[in-house]
Amino acid sequence: MRPGSTPAACAALLRRDLTLAWRRRGDIALPVLYAVIVATLFPFALGPDPALLSRIAGGVVFVTVLLAILLSLDQLFRADIEDGSMEQLMLAPQPLALLVAMKILAHWVTAALPLIVVAPLLAGMLKLPPEVIPVLVAALLLATPLLSLMGAVLVALTAGTRRSGMLLALMLLPLCVPVVIFAAGAVAAAQEGLPWIAPIAWLGAGLALALVLAPLACAAALRIAMDT
Amino acid sequence: MDIRTAARNNRRMTAAIEPPILLEARALGFLRQDEPVFGPLDFALRAGEIALVEGDNGSGKTTLMRVLTGMLRPGEGEVRLDGATFSLDTMAGMVVFLGHHLGLKFDLSPRENLAVSAGLYGLREGADAGSALAEVGLAGFEDEPVRRLSAGQKKRAALARLLLVPARIWLLDEPYANLDREGIALVNRLLERHTARGGAALVTSHGAVSFAGGEPRRIRLHA
Repeated sequence: MRPGSTPAACAALLRRDLTLAWRRRGDIALPVLYAVIVATLFPFALGPDPALLSRIAGGVVFVTVLLAILLSLDQLFRADIEDGSMEQLMLAPQPLALLVAMKILAHWVTAALPLIVVAPLLAGMLKLPPEVIPVLVAALLLATPLLSLMGAVLVALTAGTRRSGMLLALMLLPLCVPVVIFAAGAVAAAQEGLPWIAPIAWLGAGLALALVLAPLACAAALRIAMDT
Repeated sequence: MDIRTAARNNRRMTAAIEPPILLEARALGFLRQDEPVFGPLDFALRAGEIALVEGDNGSGKTTLMRVLTGMLRPGEGEVRLDGATFSLDTMAGMVVFLGHHLGLKFDLSPRENLAVSAGLYGLREGADAGSALAEVGLAGFEDEPVRRLSAGQKKRAALARLLLVPARIWLLDEPYANLDREGIALVNRLLERHTARGGAALVTSHGAVSFAGGEPRRIRLHA
């Protein structure tokens, strides 16, 4: 790869973000720990009734995982804006949208992928039938990048403001709702032996749309945020 | 030969002698809440030239830099880059900017930071990270996390980026800040070599700066 070419730039940025995440492994562990704690507390709060737990398992896992991703979302662009790296990214010859997409990919790999790995474990703890777990993982594989992409747009929009966490949570809520409905709907349908492909397809369609539009929107929003 | 042809020939000759204009500002001004921050400014930066932007604190030096990088939209006037009206597409990789925020990742080593810059901006012919770091006096610190370097060393790590990337126009906002006497000499040396290669640089400073290669052009901003 020739340095300065688009693949080299993407690789360099991806490697940088993954290295940074690896140097701060504790920050990756936090959302996973949070998800494990929340999912563990549910049986204590609701009582160890296997029928009840298996009915709510899908929903609990989704809500837990999505909230855990929100924990780290706020930090997506902040460090880069504060230390001047964002200026360097903006002046780079590559399109900013592409570079932002790499940052979102790195965020998904470090924040969402560990959660997807532990999700079957959490579902097992909540007595989700084993044959439904592949559907759960498939739904998570589509729902988490969708959430990362939509969240990134909002993070970029609030990047210029201080203490954006509260605003971000408020703005993200309505966007989370359809994702949770379709993802949990797929798992619920699979649990009852109904066809579950339709909600998964909806998630896939949403993801395809977000993959194209979200980085462009992010780049535009970041330019506005830096224009102060 | 009538007078008009002579004049045209004459103009063509001066055009051949004068190096090309890399960066040009025409009636450039910036307004913040309808209050002018600076300008209107007119200047042209030719290949092989250094221009020094002078002004007191708050006179708009950094704002001018941010306008020239395209991060701020100019309120009035225009910036032309290599003859073309300025836009973020035309500037692709032509400009390298060093500002108050150095753009270094503190958890990475200088070498890793340079690898990111090279990946994004490309690599100048014959340049490599090791010799660039040795050049700025960071030999022996290549693999130390930037966090552990002193403020001056961090600045030097950021300066190494200038040596590595092929951009022809350097926009340096206060490059002398935090540097010792030797570091100031280093910046001057880098600038001199850059202009000798046909590059151009716009440097802001509020201190007295002496270039070995003659007096730089001065652009004065008033507070």
